[in-house]
Amino acid sequence: MERTTLDMWVGAFVVGGVIALLILAFKVGNLSGYDRSESYNVYGEFDNIGGLKIKAPVKSAGVVVGRVSGIQFDNKKFQAHVEIRISKKYQFPKDTSASILTSGLLGEQYIGLEAGGDEENLNNGDKFKLTQSAIVLEHLIGQALFSKAADEGGDKNTAQGGNKKAVVQ
Amino acid sequence: MPHRKVGFGLHSIGAAVVNGVWRLGYASRFFLMTLISSGASFRRIQLTIREIYFSGVMSLIIILVSGLFVGMVLGLQGYETLQKYGSESALGSLVALSLVRELGPVLAALLFASRAGSAITAEIGLMKATEQIAAMEMMAVDPISRVVAPRFWAGVISMPLLAAMFSAIGVFGGYLVGVVFIGVDEGSFWSQMQAAVDFRQDIVNGVIKSVVFGIAVTAIALFEGYDAPPTAEGVSHATTRTVVTSALAVLGLDFILTVLMFRGV
Repeated sequence: MERTTLDMWVGAFVVGGVIALLILAFKVGNLSGYDRSESYNVYGEFDNIGGLKIKAPVKSAGVVVGRVSGIQFDNKKFQAHVEIRISKKYQFPKDTSASILTSGLLGEQYIGLEAGGDEENLNNGDKFKLTQSAIVLEHLIGQALFSKAADEGGDKNTAQGGNKKAVVQ
Repeated sequence: MPHRKVGFGLHSIGAAVVNGVWRLGYASRFFLMTLISSGASFRRIQLTIREIYFSGVMSLIIILVSGLFVGMVLGLQGYETLQKYGSESALGSLVALSLVRELGPVLAALLFASRAGSAITAEIGLMKATEQIAAMEMMAVDPISRVVAPRFWAGVISMPLLAAMFSAIGVFGGYLVGVVFIGVDEGSFWSQMQAAVDFRQDIVNGVIKSVVFGIAVTAIALFEGYDAPPTAEGVSHATTRTVVTSALAVLGLDFILTVLMFRGV
């Protein structure tokens, strides 16, 4: 069996196809951005996760430090149980708080981490003690209407109560 | 007489159904025989390489040129729509997702069917018409393992490579129009694309699609050629049927695969 020009063309064709696949995997896809080995899991319980999805980014100070790896409904506490995978490079204090935020006005939802002041760091399997749920637009509008009505009623105390509730939620 | 006409119509419908089922059974047996007797196409790999040259390498030009233009049109049209919402930075993910998930595998398969599939049908149909296949059988050479199987495997190997090249050059075309000509920010073009395209979910599924399309298109082309009546008219009809049936099969399979892959049924 001898080498022919045909083999050269077929070889070049296969190499071209494989290069195209590699370009798709690394340049177009995000295969290079995955490091699954070096990470640890923590979880948080939220009253309402809004539109959070698996693989949504977890950011601290705007930098992506991990991804949401699982979302389940806890049927005992009636809360959402959200698993987060954080890269080992980033360590957070034990009293770090997690809140569900939205990028832009109508953008995707992500989890924002706000570091606390604890001496110890979060370990694999730990839980966020402080969590803040996603803002549901309907609740916000409802509260705004409620506090406006209370303002017009003239009772200062109720108005403050209404405002406070809106901030807390 | 009217009742005779009705009877005749029913008769021809019945004949068409029986004929269709019969042909489908024959096609399935042909496909199975191809799989069973494909040992020779790997033992004598030179046979398969020759067919990869004719169906894969020779389709390169049309695949690359079409991919480039499809990507450029996607970049242009995507920009026109996205800039209305002030989100032209999402152009990269639009171009890449539509190419990798759908347009790459589907358009490459349609082009492959019309470029390589029709050639396979015409070649095998003419081999049959000029009694080359009968001559092989006379010499105790199995035409399925010698002629059909290498072409089948060549198509199955070429198709995902062609689809990947189509998508890659299409993304480049979108980059060319979006970033170089129009001036979308280069950093957000690539970073939004990389954030939106998932390797397992999008790229691997696209490759699976193109492998399935490769099997479907090549099997249809081979069967139509092998089943063609050994006349000039028969071969010409078979070539037409190859292109029509493959296009329908690709689009139908694409819907089924998309439902399975992206709806998580």
